[in-house]
Amino acid sequence: MSALEQMYQQVIMDHAKQAHGRGLEPAEGAHVGESFQVNTTCGDEVRLRVGVDGDRIASLTWEGQGCSISQASVSVLHDLVVGSTLTDTHAAEAAFLALMQARGEEPDAATEDLLGDATAFVGIGRYPARIKCALLGWMALKDALIQADVPPERRDS
Amino acid sequence: MLTDLRADFPALAREGRNGRPLVYLDSGATSHKPAQVLQAEADFYRFSNGAVGRGAHLLAEEATEAFEGARAAVAGFVGAGPDQIVWAENATAALNLVASGIGNASQGVGGDAGKRFAIGEGDEIVVTESEHHANLIPWQILARRTGATLRWIGVDDDGRLDLGSLADVVGERTRVVAFQHASNVTGIIHDVEAIIARAREVGALTVMDACQTAPHLPLDLAALGVDFAAFSGHKMLGPTGIGALYGRTELLNALPPSVFGGSTVKTVTMTETTWLDAPQRFEAGSQPVAQAIGMGAAARYLGALGMDRVAAHERALGERLRRGVEAIDGVRLLGPSGTSGENVLGLAAFVVDGVHPHDVGQVLDDAGIAVRVGHHCAQPLHRRLGVPSSTRASTHVYTTEAEVDTFLASLRGVRSFFRLSAVTA
Repeated sequence: MSALEQMYQQVIMDHAKQAHGRGLEPAEGAHVGESFQVNTTCGDEVRLRVGVDGDRIASLTWEGQGCSISQASVSVLHDLVVGSTLTDTHAAEAAFLALMQARGEEPDAATEDLLGDATAFVGIGRYPARIKCALLGWMALKDALIQADVPPERRDS
Repeated sequence: MLTDLRADFPALAREGRNGRPLVYLDSGATSHKPAQVLQAEADFYRFSNGAVGRGAHLLAEEATEAFEGARAAVAGFVGAGPDQIVWAENATAALNLVASGIGNASQGVGGDAGKRFAIGEGDEIVVTESEHHANLIPWQILARRTGATLRWIGVDDDGRLDLGSLADVVGERTRVVAFQHASNVTGIIHDVEAIIARAREVGALTVMDACQTAPHLPLDLAALGVDFAAFSGHKMLGPTGIGALYGRTELLNALPPSVFGGSTVKTVTMTETTWLDAPQRFEAGSQPVAQAIGMGAAARYLGALGMDRVAAHERALGERLRRGVEAIDGVRLLGPSGTSGENVLGLAAFVVDGVHPHDVGQVLDDAGIAVRVGHHCAQPLHRRLGVPSSTRASTHVYTTEAEVDTFLASLRGVRSFFRLSAVTA
């Protein structure tokens, strides 16, 4: 597999074409947050709305436009975190960030378990200019969770 | 042909991604530098490094001579006198210098001489819908700052300025008309003579962004009759960190500065300051001396090639590029067709159906081809053309036909890489 093929793995292409969670809907749960993020280098954008119920992410919907990497990444993020606890979401976020900084090194089995389809983004690490694309949705989620004003004891437990 | 000069550009000999020969088609963003420019910068530091205009010793003298010699070279390159060229950090800073100067004059800075620039409520500032953000935002801010109204000349579906609206948009209330000489997206070289003529009729100042034309076309700013013009060093084979503002002498000597400091003043009391004439009044503090010398060397290099030859070379490449791009199924060229015979720069911005520009750029990069992706700092124009962003291939003196053909061959494979059919749906 060439570096380019490693970057555009089939799972990423599939998510880019058939994105999950696309289309903003009213959020579920007691705490609702929304964030609009733009990648200043290319103008890609995502608006993401998250609903938190107790210590779980009850809903995540979004709209946006941009490259296949940025759009597929939000779609995969949707599948990964809806229904997850905030603790697991934060762990996944940290693991994804580490994956982006790994310069294309395949992650260990534990990380793969944690990230699921998001592991397919491993190839982005070889292209520093594209890391921001893959992180766009994750940055939006991070900010939306801050906006949702979830009590800190649930956020960091 | 100009292609035998490629040996002058050390960076062109390096490899692109995956060890592929580098095909550099991003000169619209920044150009490569010939050894003559690199040498001029290095020589200054090696042999003549001294404080410009601030000493009586030999090195200070040589540094001042080189710095002012560079100014004269850049001035000559655009048909100006040396005192009509002000150094700025880049073209953006040069445009901001004019807008901020007018804003300052509107608040009484610059005394009686500055009053001719003062604007306020009821006055109008005119721009175009095709502007780079650097020649749009400063005017938005100036309008907000002074209470003046911002208006603009629209564009058609190919990005041509609607000059039919000129007499209506530029009128008795217009005080400033700011416009680009050519678009960095469509490549269209605008009929700026018509804009300047209309602005003169109503007594409005003209401010031209020449970033995309100074490196590629013969320019005679004095003959053109524009009041101010800005261009950058790094797009015309010179260094980064340096740009130039051209201005008509009587205007430059009346416009108040917007960066204040040493080496710019005639007299200073505890409450008042008067300024030196241009260019000194605008060059506060230590200047980017080596960069200015590099830009001077770039102007000499281009001047020796002959800008008529440069323009002819790039026009031919541009037509090859645009015809090639629009002939590919599923690819939309932005701006006039390559067969239109219109006066267009040697560049092509385009969109590939179903593939985002960032992804297009990535596949091209994999083949060693460097292009620009995004909105190229022209969001309003992209919005008007109905796309959020585009991919752009742009040429310069060192670009070859073979490179254009390599690029076109790779572009033909982009849709199939993303498993899209070769035929437009």
